[in-house]
Amino acid sequence: MSERFDCIVVGAGPAGIACAYELAKGGAKVVLIERGEYPGSKNVMGGVLYRQMMEDVIPGFYKEAPLERPIVEQRFMMMDKESAVTFGYKGMEWGKEPYNNFTVLRAKFDQWFASKAVEQGALLINETVVTECIVEEGRVVGVQTDRPDGEVYADVVVLADGVNSLLAKSLGFHKEYRPDEVALATMEILKLDKKIIEDRFNLEPNQGCTIELFGDATNGILGTGFLYTNKDSLSIGVGTLLSGLIKHKIRPYELLEYVKNHPMIRPYLQGSEQQEYLAHLIPEGGYKSMGKVVGNGVIVVGDAAQLVNAIHREGSNLAMTSGRIAAETILLAMQAGDFSEALLDRYRVKLMNSFVGQDMKKYKDSTHHFDKFPQYFDQYIPMMNRAASQMFTVDGKSKWEKQKKIWKDIGSPREKIKIARDAYRAWKVMK
Amino acid sequence: MLHIVACIKQVPDTKIIKMNPKTNTMDRASAPAILNPYDAHAVEEAVRIKKKYGGIVSVLTMGPPPAVKAIKKCIEIGADEGYMISDRRFAGADTLATSYALTKALDKIQKIRPVDLILCGKMTIDGDTGQVGPGIARRLDIPPLTSVKKVEAVHQEEGHIIVHRKIEDGHEVIQSTLPCLLSVEKEINEVPYSSFPNMIKAARYDPVIWSVDDLEDVDIKQLGLKGSPTIVAKVWAPPKPEGGKMLEGSPDDQVDQILSVILEKKELFQAKGGS
Repeated sequence: MSERFDCIVVGAGPAGIACAYELAKGGAKVVLIERGEYPGSKNVMGGVLYRQMMEDVIPGFYKEAPLERPIVEQRFMMMDKESAVTFGYKGMEWGKEPYNNFTVLRAKFDQWFASKAVEQGALLINETVVTECIVEEGRVVGVQTDRPDGEVYADVVVLADGVNSLLAKSLGFHKEYRPDEVALATMEILKLDKKIIEDRFNLEPNQGCTIELFGDATNGILGTGFLYTNKDSLSIGVGTLLSGLIKHKIRPYELLEYVKNHPMIRPYLQGSEQQEYLAHLIPEGGYKSMGKVVGNGVIVVGDAAQLVNAIHREGSNLAMTSGRIAAETILLAMQAGDFSEALLDRYRVKLMNSFVGQDMKKYKDSTHHFDKFPQYFDQYIPMMNRAASQMFTVDGKSKWEKQKKIWKDIGSPREKIKIARDAYRAWKVMK
Repeated sequence: MLHIVACIKQVPDTKIIKMNPKTNTMDRASAPAILNPYDAHAVEEAVRIKKKYGGIVSVLTMGPPPAVKAIKKCIEIGADEGYMISDRRFAGADTLATSYALTKALDKIQKIRPVDLILCGKMTIDGDTGQVGPGIARRLDIPPLTSVKKVEAVHQEEGHIIVHRKIEDGHEVIQSTLPCLLSVEKEINEVPYSSFPNMIKAARYDPVIWSVDDLEDVDIKQLGLKGSPTIVAKVWAPPKPEGGKMLEGSPDDQVDQILSVILEKKELFQAKGGS
């Protein structure tokens, strides 16, 4: 029989690595199993890393981690076919320590983060797929890998195997996700000269900008796009609910091409060269789609537990926090010598009381709401653009006249009531 | 106990690597570093011999610190020990200087445990020379057996080995005294998916790393760039083959067309045929 560990962590993404890091630091004998060639090789995200939750694991990480740019400006573009209403915030306080957040390239960052876990004593095993949990008498006692002599045993197994979590599913923790519970994000990394990026986005060296794209970015399908600046590349992508792609019969790469060629976006990308193409599912079902996260000898963290805040494009920070809390709970369980669901449930309680659980609850209806009522994206954003165009076009008409026309163009009194109702509803699901 | 040493190298994955169009050199950052595929077969063969006859498998490499990863890969395959020589003074070595440095390291390994058999891959995919193996054999004054596609038997007591060597029109069966050096072909074996316990062992493994100063009787002049008489005069990417021509029509038409093409370019075919 293979050697025994205190804990097996399946999947080296932000959740799994944070968990393995904390466990190893706490003195546990931990093995971190990753299916990719190296941590990060199969991991995808738009590219914003939040400082606070990463610092909860490694204080001052930004002094040595491979980061792209600290973000000093966040813009939001409400896009129509040939126009956009943009607002944003740029602040120099974000450009200096301790910073707010950063753009990162996951292939580099995850590799570094995992190396820190290895420094703490975690054992990292790459290129190995965990095929199932080994269950004995109602408790998870280890995992089966796809390698010869591939079974490994431990007191606790942490499932950080990502969005589809086949392992949690096979334990009956969640069912197959519906197409409206997961989003498909496709993105490209476009190589572009550092100097050009800084000129084009009005940045100093070591400053970054993020642009979130709404409305026509996704050609009317519920979802968002993004354009982020890295050191010498741009990350551009779109994410839409899988159900939207199915309904509109549009292929993900077509959507990406659409936004890349959008007149509001194309000039930013001019002269860049495609470096990488990536695609990944994102769990966006929110609180209501969360399955069971704790069992006897097993804990589920990160995307595998559906921990994503789709409205605020947060995920990796929720993942890290869940991994950290899982590790704390496991270290506690090791002291008590008790790995039952009853004890490990402290993870769930702590998680739900943290910002992770609170935010999951706060936005429990939002994605579903915008999915159910597409008018926010396909009617109100164009309306906003038309209003801005009318108001700011100087053509001899008085501003009074313009306001009247805008008001009239919104529609009949009934339609105005409907908009007011929608605005109230949107406020309700977001409040 | 049989002691087999496999000499290995970490190389850029030339399947992926990009060429710098200006300098015509390889852009090493553009491709991941991997264990030279031919060397994986050498290590695997060493492990198979060990499994059959008992013994110990060591691997030896020269390279920069990240080459530890290639040694770990060999531990995954089943090697027992890993030795690495790493020093700026080794840098820029051609095959002459590389075989000199590796021989000095082998001298040191011999003192830890006498070596019975040295295995090398046929060649590296970044250099394509296949000279380092025979170079080591010459320096150690042991028989070099190249193009080995099968190890028939190893008789340590009798002090000989029987191998199959690939030759142009078949293979030859050769008996050689031990110790000797084999450089192996790809078809000698298939490298299987490593077992989980080996993965664990590799993840924990720290190889022995020697600098120039750890080796004995080293003539510094024979190391690295200084010890390398090879000069790379020019590097260029081969021209891309032009797209062929599709012949159309009935089979008879096509035969006629191809015949006229052959007749038209007959000097091309004569040159290839050598007559």
